[in-house]
Amino acid sequence: MAFLKPGRRAAARASGVVASFLHVDAAVDAIRALRAKGYRDLVVYTPAPNHEIEEALEHKVSPVRLLTLIGGLTGCTAGFAMTIWMSYDWPLVVGGKAIASIPPYVVIGFELTILMGALSTVAAVALFSVLMGKRGTPYDPRFSDDAIGIFVPTASDQLGPIEQLLRSAGAVEVRHETA
Amino acid sequence: MAVVAQPHDAPDGHVINQTHAEVTRDVVATLGPPSRGYVLLLFGAVSLFLIGICTFLVLLKDGLGHAGYNPPVFWSVYITTFVFWVGIGHAGTLISAILFLFRSPWRTAVYRSTEAMTVFAVMTAGLFPIIHIGRQWIFYWLLPYPNERYLWPNFKSPLIWDVFAISTYLTVSTTFLVFGLIPDVAAVRDKVTGWRKAIYSWSSVGWKGTDNQWRHYSRAYLYLAALATPLVLSVHSVVSWDFAVSIVPGWHGTIFAPYFVAGAIYSGIGMVLTLIIPLRRALKIEHMIHSYHFDNLAKLTLLTGSILLYAYAMEYFVAWYSGNTFEQTTFYRRAFGPMWWAGWSMIICNAFVSQLLWFRKIRTNLTSLFVISIFINIGMWFERYVIIVSSLSNDYIPWAWDQMNPTWADWGILLGSFGWFGMWFLLFAKTCPSVAIQEIKEMIPMPRKRGGHG
Repeated sequence: MAFLKPGRRAAARASGVVASFLHVDAAVDAIRALRAKGYRDLVVYTPAPNHEIEEALEHKVSPVRLLTLIGGLTGCTAGFAMTIWMSYDWPLVVGGKAIASIPPYVVIGFELTILMGALSTVAAVALFSVLMGKRGTPYDPRFSDDAIGIFVPTASDQLGPIEQLLRSAGAVEVRHETA
Repeated sequence: MAVVAQPHDAPDGHVINQTHAEVTRDVVATLGPPSRGYVLLLFGAVSLFLIGICTFLVLLKDGLGHAGYNPPVFWSVYITTFVFWVGIGHAGTLISAILFLFRSPWRTAVYRSTEAMTVFAVMTAGLFPIIHIGRQWIFYWLLPYPNERYLWPNFKSPLIWDVFAISTYLTVSTTFLVFGLIPDVAAVRDKVTGWRKAIYSWSSVGWKGTDNQWRHYSRAYLYLAALATPLVLSVHSVVSWDFAVSIVPGWHGTIFAPYFVAGAIYSGIGMVLTLIIPLRRALKIEHMIHSYHFDNLAKLTLLTGSILLYAYAMEYFVAWYSGNTFEQTTFYRRAFGPMWWAGWSMIICNAFVSQLLWFRKIRTNLTSLFVISIFINIGMWFERYVIIVSSLSNDYIPWAWDQMNPTWADWGILLGSFGWFGMWFLLFAKTCPSVAIQEIKEMIPMPRKRGGHG
């Protein structure tokens, strides 16, 4: 299994140990053991989301939902504000009816709620996963195929004991990353 | 996604007997060098598209006079085809978003290609109002913006609701498709070499499948599905109000919104079947999309086809029961007037042909399903043609009645739209994974060192 060579972002790389696992329960054992030893800064790669690994990592619920809500409410407000403002900006009275009437404007308000909600959801993922996510963590092409990867950032004197721990949990390959 | 039903809850026929590595291998293999059949199909689609382009250039130069408009019929083939393509899109969103929320595991194998179909169908549909307005170069007048040219942005008109509904639908369904593709494009990136690797690396926006990425991604996918679900129901309702809010006999019905939504999903699944039955063979993914999936697609077709049967019956019943002469005349002329052939095509292809799907043998026989899907496509195009043209051609004053006859300009644009749609769908099938790699993997339990299933 060939690990990718250090790229242009080598400066951002942290030293540590990368292990790959082919068995989900082995990876979960390793995560639990590492967390028990105080290593909470793990990066775990999986080809698809996996409940057991999520539970072992004890993540909080993603904050994406807050931005979805804000985006949706912004869209709704914008939809009603635009229709009402534009109606009064160029008032044409037709059939003695109200210049701005809410029921037909619900359609515009609704569509813009969905539009802004969806776009802000994607923007939130870009924000949390890309812009605020860790960069330059070591990767292997098999992590998108059939292997689970665990990267443990650690000082260079700790590499040996960590490797020992990962191998005893069932890692099929372990590699040291040096900064 | 984090919330798809686990395989051991799923019914038989659903279990995938593949490992994670085999799934990646088989899906990446679909992106290999194209076969001769594929090249021929693409050539055919591009040729049809060119016919459409040439027709459009003539319309651009001379104006809409070439199309078969004839007073009182000023909405005809272009608006019919617009509604047809918007409707096609709805099945994709139903399968990718609504069935996702309902935790239907069978959607996983088919949803990517149906979602692509949605995006390309709405892209096609969006061209039609622009072609139809005549002076295409000022299409942006459709968008309301603060008034400097004394145009009146009339937000009480269903036509402007339509502008918002269709553009939102196109944006959100494209976002949903592209968002779902990111992890799969990353999986392809890790398998290919050379210039293709460069392109897929760029498109995968740094996806590595870390726990943090999945955490946000899975949540966001759930919310996108939750937003797309009411959206898809609203879009065809808004399209139906283009008609129902007017007072034209045959259009002015309160059942129009649910009737159009059911029709849209029915026509969309028809198109899904037409596309997927050949696609799975061409891409050699028969073991991923098999009779279990077709049986379920056919059941959805049966459900929506039965809703249409009910809606057709109810339209005639209400026309009679209302005692309204104009409604009664319109519906009498749909069945026995000059356009009787179109009226009966719609009823037979939609309401009756779909009833054949009560038989399991027909639901699981791909040849019969493919033939039925062609009937559905034709029937649903005629449904819109009948609703639009037959209602307009006999409105309130009998001396104003007249027929329209479609011309080469109508057919040229219609053919061009199929070419445009087909071209995009074929290009998609060879450049992007047509089966959702990571969602299939999520349904396959990962191997365990201690044996057994979790």
